[in-house]
Amino acid sequence: MALLETANLHAAYGQTRVLHGISFSMEEGTITTLLGANGAGKTTTLRALCGMVRTEGEVRFGGQRIDGRATEDIVRLGIAHVPDGRGTFVNLTTEENLRLGAYTRKDRAAIDADLERVYGYFPRLGERRAQQAGTLSGGEQQMLAVSRALMLRPRLMLLDEPSFGLAPLIVRELFGILRALNQKEHVSMLLVEQNAAMALDLADHAYLIETGRVVLSGTSGEIKSNDAVRRSYLGY
Amino acid sequence: MEPFIHQVLAGLATGGIYASVALALVMIYQATHLVNFAQGELAMFSTYIAWSLINAGMPYWGAFFLTVGLSFVLGVVIERVVIRPVENSPVLAVVVVFIALLVILNSVTGWIYTFTIKTFPSPFPGQPLFGNKYMSSHEIGAIGVTLVVLLLLYVFFRFTPLGLAMRAAAQNPESSRLVGIRVGWMLALGWGLAAAIGSVAGMMVAPIVFLDPNMMGGVLLYAFAAALVGGIDNPAGAVFGGFLVGVLENVLGAFVIGNELKLAVALVLIIGVLTVRPSGLFGKVHVTRV
Ligand SMILES: Nc1ncnc2c1ncn2[C@@H]1O[C@H](COP(=O)(O)OP(=O)(O)O)[C@@H](O)[C@H]1O
Ligand SMILES: [Mg+2]
Repeated sequence: MALLETANLHAAYGQTRVLHGISFSMEEGTITTLLGANGAGKTTTLRALCGMVRTEGEVRFGGQRIDGRATEDIVRLGIAHVPDGRGTFVNLTTEENLRLGAYTRKDRAAIDADLERVYGYFPRLGERRAQQAGTLSGGEQQMLAVSRALMLRPRLMLLDEPSFGLAPLIVRELFGILRALNQKEHVSMLLVEQNAAMALDLADHAYLIETGRVVLSGTSGEIKSNDAVRRSYLGY
Repeated sequence: MEPFIHQVLAGLATGGIYASVALALVMIYQATHLVNFAQGELAMFSTYIAWSLINAGMPYWGAFFLTVGLSFVLGVVIERVVIRPVENSPVLAVVVVFIALLVILNSVTGWIYTFTIKTFPSPFPGQPLFGNKYMSSHEIGAIGVTLVVLLLLYVFFRFTPLGLAMRAAAQNPESSRLVGIRVGWMLALGWGLAAAIGSVAGMMVAPIVFLDPNMMGGVLLYAFAAALVGGIDNPAGAVFGGFLVGVLENVLGAFVIGNELKLAVALVLIIGVLTVRPSGLFGKVHVTRV
């Protein structure tokens, strides 16, 4: 059974229809990437999955229908969203941001242990644990967003352009950690990226989205060797 | 010198009450960016509840804590029933609801209890504590109660997961939902807490100004001035502002402009802050693109 599955998913902002029947699925333990140009509807797809935009169509998580549910309830199923723009609580400290990630958990001792685990992955966050999160650099805030999501102990992470605005070296470090999280802790990931080359290196499967529709899908290897994708998204 | 010290200390006592109400205003403001004009009347109504309980024979502190609890529930219910439906309405609509709430609470109280002035008991002894000649026991007690309330609030917001979630919901609702916080309920809790704080302020001020349906009018104005002086989005600033306004009011009233014109101090402060430094002494400066 697929971990996450959408069937004929539509979404609109007011009168503006943005998704026109997206269907895709991903298996537990895998990394799947959604590729597409700016404005294709990738962010909207992630928002639709966790009830942040009005939708029609089906979304199933672990076989259960979750479309139409409130965002707060979807989070409780173990879906952590690293949003577009990072969603930092800028007036709170780094550590408070992280503790909020574990807001729905009741296992206090394990939360403290997870904080240390996250600081292990991102030592810079540990050094800045008492600092106001709004004063962190862009890269640090992106790591904070990923870490905040990890504090949920999610089954599935939705990552919206984690590489956006980061220096190449930091992107590589971040993607390395994402790979480790997937391999060691078996966190499933749905990754939205404009940086198609890096996303395809990390992911097992890929879907290409154009103007709110899936136009191509396959394993990362297949997508990488597709001529049209190479020309339009990989640039060689 | 002695009368001056007396006025400063008395100012600290009423200042603590302004600080509490200012804090209640700031709590709602941080979550909604609106000033709850009904905050004072809500506190007045709570004080009448306490008066009824005490008159029914309940011991003072029993009535006190029951009133705080009932006020909390009342605040939550008002948010859920009255404020929530207009949550996404234009600012003006919400302000009209606040003012309607103010008028309704005022006249309902007058209708139930009449507008005749009543005395309200103080839980503190009639003789000055420790034989001091500067402050009445009630003034010292009111400062003590205020400080306890402030300390409890600080601990709640700073050190508990729920307090953290309320701060988060006020400043970033979307990210809050993404970590599972029920933002609407946090707002209702904020109203409950604000009403509870207000009830304490009402019960502490009533022995000084006497109990009548209009007793909080002046207090709300001073509290609003206090919140503005401290920075309407800064809880610590509002508390400081409350004590400052209390002292200024008493000292200026006694030695400079006379007691009849005391309320003008609040108005001058409000207008002065709004024109010279709208973000207050400690508030963040907001820049709006036009
Ligand atoms: N809040 C919004 N209101 C109206 N239209 C929006 C909103 N957000 C995005 N859109 C539109 O929806 C389309 C898809 O946007 P988005 O999902 O953000 O694309 P992507 O993430 O792939 O760049 C774009 O045409 C965009 O202009
Ligand atoms: Mg996007």
